[in-house]
Amino acid sequence: MNALLIVVLAVPAAGAAAAALLPDRVGRIAGTVAAAVALLASLPLYRDSWFSYGPAGVRPWHEVDYSWVPALNLHFHLGVDGVSYPLVVLTALLTLLCCGFTLWRAPEPGRGNTLVALLLVIEVGILGTFLALDLVLFFVFFEVVLLPMYAVIAVWGDRDRAHAARKFVLYTLFGSVLLLVGVFTVVASAGTADIVALTGGGELSRTTQLVAFTLLAIGFAVKSPLWPLHTWLPDAHTQAPTVGSVILAGVLLKMGTYGLIRVAVGVAPEGARWAAPVLGVLAVAAIIIGSLVCLAQTELKRLIAYSSVGHMGFVLLGIATLTATGIQAALIGNVAHGVITGLLFFLAGAIKERAHTGDLAQLGGLRETAPRLAGVLGFAAIASLGLPGLAGFWGEAFAVVAAIDRGGPLWTTLGVVAAVGGALTAAYFLRLLRRVTHGPAIGSLAPPTLAPVEVAAWAPLVVLALAVGLVPGLVLGMADGPVQALLEALP
Amino acid sequence: MEDLSLPKIDYAAVAPMLILFGVACVGVLFEGVLPKAARRVTQLVLALLGLVAALSVIVWQSDTRVLTAGGAVAIDGPTLFLQGAIIVLGIMALLLIGDRAMEHGGAFVAQAAITVGSEADRKQAVKEQGATEVYPLTVFAIAGMLLFVAANDLLTMFVALEVFSLPLYLLCALARRRRLLSQEAALKYFLLGAYASAFFLFGVALVYGFAGGVEFGTIHDSVTESTQSTVLLYAGLAMIAIGLLFKAAAAPFHVWTPDVYQGAPTPITGLMAACTKVAAFGGLLRVLYVGFDGVAWDYTPILGVVAVLTMLIGAVLAVTQTDIKRLLAYSSIANAGYLLVGVLALSKDGLSSTMFYLVAYGFTVIAAFGVVTLVRDADGEATHLSRWAGLGRRSPLYAGIFTFILLAFAGIPLTSGFIAKFAVFGAALDSGEAWLVVFGVVTSMLLAFPYLRVVVMMWLSEPGESTPTVSIPGGLTAAALVIGVVATLVLGVAPAPLLDLTTSAADFVR
Repeated sequence: MNALLIVVLAVPAAGAAAAALLPDRVGRIAGTVAAAVALLASLPLYRDSWFSYGPAGVRPWHEVDYSWVPALNLHFHLGVDGVSYPLVVLTALLTLLCCGFTLWRAPEPGRGNTLVALLLVIEVGILGTFLALDLVLFFVFFEVVLLPMYAVIAVWGDRDRAHAARKFVLYTLFGSVLLLVGVFTVVASAGTADIVALTGGGELSRTTQLVAFTLLAIGFAVKSPLWPLHTWLPDAHTQAPTVGSVILAGVLLKMGTYGLIRVAVGVAPEGARWAAPVLGVLAVAAIIIGSLVCLAQTELKRLIAYSSVGHMGFVLLGIATLTATGIQAALIGNVAHGVITGLLFFLAGAIKERAHTGDLAQLGGLRETAPRLAGVLGFAAIASLGLPGLAGFWGEAFAVVAAIDRGGPLWTTLGVVAAVGGALTAAYFLRLLRRVTHGPAIGSLAPPTLAPVEVAAWAPLVVLALAVGLVPGLVLGMADGPVQALLEALP
Repeated sequence: MEDLSLPKIDYAAVAPMLILFGVACVGVLFEGVLPKAARRVTQLVLALLGLVAALSVIVWQSDTRVLTAGGAVAIDGPTLFLQGAIIVLGIMALLLIGDRAMEHGGAFVAQAAITVGSEADRKQAVKEQGATEVYPLTVFAIAGMLLFVAANDLLTMFVALEVFSLPLYLLCALARRRRLLSQEAALKYFLLGAYASAFFLFGVALVYGFAGGVEFGTIHDSVTESTQSTVLLYAGLAMIAIGLLFKAAAAPFHVWTPDVYQGAPTPITGLMAACTKVAAFGGLLRVLYVGFDGVAWDYTPILGVVAVLTMLIGAVLAVTQTDIKRLLAYSSIANAGYLLVGVLALSKDGLSSTMFYLVAYGFTVIAAFGVVTLVRDADGEATHLSRWAGLGRRSPLYAGIFTFILLAFAGIPLTSGFIAKFAVFGAALDSGEAWLVVFGVVTSMLLAFPYLRVVVMMWLSEPGESTPTVSIPGGLTAAALVIGVVATLVLGVAPAPLLDLTTSAADFVR
């Protein structure tokens, strides 16, 4: 079973090579098959969380540990537990959907096999980030994602793609450098890069932890993105092709929040406690500002992109509370956002393709011209605004609950303000629905019906949004043990 | 009068140098004896055989740890490792030098003495084959480098410095195209190099005044024991350092680098960027680690400032470059800064990681200049960056290779550049030189921009009228490219064997 960890990484890598080398059509098929195999291989990694008893910290369900560069004490150490498992499956699923979608239609300027290859390389990087239990390996995988994503935006993007891609790279490189310095700091002062051994702070002095947490947290905040480091996100999202946006919003942002939980909080807990109020305030600022900006947006994809800033604000608020409830909320919020926003970007892509515009003023009456599309959009928007019973609810609600539970004037205020932000979220999504699906029909959509591939790509996400909403235990159950273990390790 | 007793020499240990000096002399003789048509192949084969023979001896002698030739030459772990590195990189450079497939007659002028632009010059540019003296000159330079990293006293080091510098000055002047630029580069390099040599020699004299000897062992002892004025010591060390830092292209002694790198024939630029760097840092390591380790506390801050300055100047000025060879020159300056960070760790880890960095960088940089020789138009190599726009469409393979090389320079994971930077920064952190690492990481990020700019230009710009074609490389250049790219990849993915080798070699004898 441990070998599956290697398979999950090796199959997409091999698929990427095959897709790049084979001719267009065959390459796309090969890549999609590889993505499917990776998803199948990731599923059996599950293990009942009752199993995980052991020392505090990280208790991987499965792990492999090879010495990679003995002289530098680098290890090829992979492992999966309840925190990473949902994200691993989500990544594999979204990549498969995107590859399948590209199989059907490659965005301009064609060369779909290259696009599929890049998506698979991104998948390897993201999966590796979620699986790595060695700090340096974590950083290596974190970096692998950067350039392929840049290429996806820069080659297959919209009109202003070069600018957006450059902004994405500059921001992310800046984050990576801080992350690297943080990793150096931790590894040099602890003498090991093993995340399992490092979790809980171990021998790190308080000063080191403060420095390390600051560096790591800013590095991850760029990726998440946390206000005010978010400005790359709307541009990248708006310009990226549909599949790029889906991967970007669905799982790439999660590398930041996952890193914050596993690495920053895990390795430098004292630093996390020290910085928690700042993180909390910034998170709430992100929620409010993201929502207000959304209310004023006139472009469909840009609106969804800014909604990501708000949603990730809830996730970060959950993490900042440093309580079991809060981190649980962050984890389920992560997964929910991945599913729902992935779906929203698929829909936005479909609408833009049919209407040839994303301008809200030029869209309208979708309910009449394309009733099915409007129905799914309505479902996704309502799920995203956090209607109870759908996936978006749990993350937002429990982040607020965790903040209130934490008590004290600061956290109570933060909880209340975040709740107001939740209401604003509802406001802008309803505004979106009013503008796009209701009102008089402007222009016509061609074709108004849904292609079978679109139905196939969206159906799993619709089902998941419903399933996670009705049975949040799907995610929370398996995360319970690991989160407890993490919190036990905190001083 | 007492009998003059000659020092005992361990001939097996110094055999690599003897072989190469012998081969170079034979090469010079061949120039006079062989008919013109037969020279190129004979010289190339001879030089390659000589290098391979010397490499085999080094491998065979790999466990030797001796001081020989009256203490003038030290054959120890770092010597053997660096000599091996110089030879392997030298073979790659020689492959580039020997290739004539891209250009009629090769990259070198037939008769360098003919006035540029004259009737005779135009004639020779069209018809004549390139000069074949370049092969013995290259072998002389490589042999001098081998002696340089093995020198165990300052005088031997000076002699070796001259032996490898003089052929390089000449080689710089021998470009077939843009001859004035090439001659100007050679003259600049020669004049500044002469200054640097003079500084070095003056420093040797001052240190002799302090220590009463030039062997590193003697210097090491007197640093701790001598009662002489330390002014001599510090002034001497500073001047010696100037001489060495000049060769290493560290700021503020770097000003020759961009002009010379740009003007010299590209294969020679590759040779200088890879092999000279190994030799210069080999010498610097031995001087600092063996001779002057007693005053490490005093020179570390100063050299630290030099390292920071070097990284900053290299990175910042690289951003503004518009010529690919100048860009690579500034990148090579910045890399000298990273190497200095490793040197200043002043520990076994520092030594081994610096040696690893030298090899990793050498492979990548020769491959980079190999690609530069391929991108050409009717006027020879097209080195202006704007001409590289859209190269990815014209020839995805070479643009892909160059992209990979640039990523390695930028230190992206899974390339040798990442592991090398990781190793030197790690060593420096362990030695408590965190400030150097901070500057190192920040400048690495700065330096990533010019690299990315080239990548973006190659892939995302539309190829214009002026986008040059990429020549199909001859077998020799292709071989050098393959070696460089594969080494960059392998050292990035599985660096353990070479790191183990550097670690086991990281012991100086005194």
